[in-house]
Amino acid sequence: MGGRDMVRIAALVLLGGLAGACARVEPAATGTAYDPYEAQNRQVHAFNKGVDRALFRPASTVYGRGLPGPVREGVSNFAANLSAPGDIVNDVLQGEAEDAGSNFFRFLINSTLGVAGVFDPATSIGLPARESDFGQTLAVWGAGEGAYLELPLLGPSTQRDAVGTAVDFALNPMRYALPDELRTPAVAARVGSGLQQRYVLRDTLDQVLYESADSYAQTREIYLQNRRFELGGDEAQDYFNPYDDVFDE
Amino acid sequence: MTMFSMNEPTRRAVIAGALALAALPARALTTNEARALIERVTSEINAVINSGRSEAAMYRDFESIFARYADVPTIARSTLGPDARRASSAQLSAFADAFRGYIARKYGRRFRELIGGQVNVTGAGPVKSFYEVDAIADLRGQAPFEVTFLVSDRSGRDLFFDLLIEGISLLRTERTEVGAMLDRRGGNLDALIADLRQAG
Repeated sequence: MGGRDMVRIAALVLLGGLAGACARVEPAATGTAYDPYEAQNRQVHAFNKGVDRALFRPASTVYGRGLPGPVREGVSNFAANLSAPGDIVNDVLQGEAEDAGSNFFRFLINSTLGVAGVFDPATSIGLPARESDFGQTLAVWGAGEGAYLELPLLGPSTQRDAVGTAVDFALNPMRYALPDELRTPAVAARVGSGLQQRYVLRDTLDQVLYESADSYAQTREIYLQNRRFELGGDEAQDYFNPYDDVFDE
Repeated sequence: MTMFSMNEPTRRAVIAGALALAALPARALTTNEARALIERVTSEINAVINSGRSEAAMYRDFESIFARYADVPTIARSTLGPDARRASSAQLSAFADAFRGYIARKYGRRFRELIGGQVNVTGAGPVKSFYEVDAIADLRGQAPFEVTFLVSDRSGRDLFFDLLIEGISLLRTERTEVGAMLDRRGGNLDALIADLRQAG
């Protein structure tokens, strides 16, 4: 996941799940959140909301309204391309040869034909991003999800995903391979990409953060459902059956 | 209270009769029927999001789709959790009514994100005692995402009782939200019903 995703998650501050591209799990905890740190998490959530309200949300509005869509997409593409090597490392660690190959060719094509990743011709020729991160790698290796956490600035996570985020940050090959003159543009692009996510998802995120009866509980619910869905693929989803609830009392 | 005045054999007969009725295989829903139901739902959704109508008109269309194809009373009741047990049937029906409008407004507002897009069914199959129907939503300028409908005939009609977008269940999410709303009102269901008519 790397720096880009850290910024992106920070960007999402709360996530809003519909981000549709964040993370994944085994359907272990059966729908319920294991949240022994709820009291601290709620404090962090209040802090994150404050940052979102004061800084992040307004900045994303300025960014979204100030720059034309294609420019913002180019910035996000550039940032995403920089995280591709990190995805490939995780694909390999998970033994996902096909994903690794696909992401490798995608990186080659977008870095060259796509002008250093600003454009995304790979998606148009049938190589969409197959995102991957070290939290997922840990899940593939059999690590449990652990407790739910809300991280300052980074937003919703779990113990497993928090470790994954830290490892991805250290592991991303681009941290070492990127030429010096690209470092500042890379950081700027990640910030831009985060603002773009916040802008694109503004309706959803505003609804979850500012209109819910309990935005902490909504954030946790949405994050865990989406993350488990992504990690678990589409098998054995832990569906809630309301008829058992209603008729078998 | 009539139950208490019944003599034991009659009461047992009534219960046995009710159980027999509940156990009646009726005409079980099949995978194809579940799929066909959701194909109707998605084709109606596609018609609405490509109709070029105003957003307000689209909300009404969405509410009508939800009312006709979703098991709203069951979804609504389920969001109340155990509190549903102490609700009267009049309260439950008033709540279901308010809940339907709330869902339509809350999710209908996001319908504009779907404008110009397409939702298409990709597969269906049995899960436990119900059916899962999978669809893909292709929206302009966005990566396609997965939408899943859960369909059952337990209500006596073929209806969907949950809708999941990238694994995020409307039913679960609203159980959390409605639970929080109820807590905020000290468990007062009538206050919740009144507020829900405005919420979303």
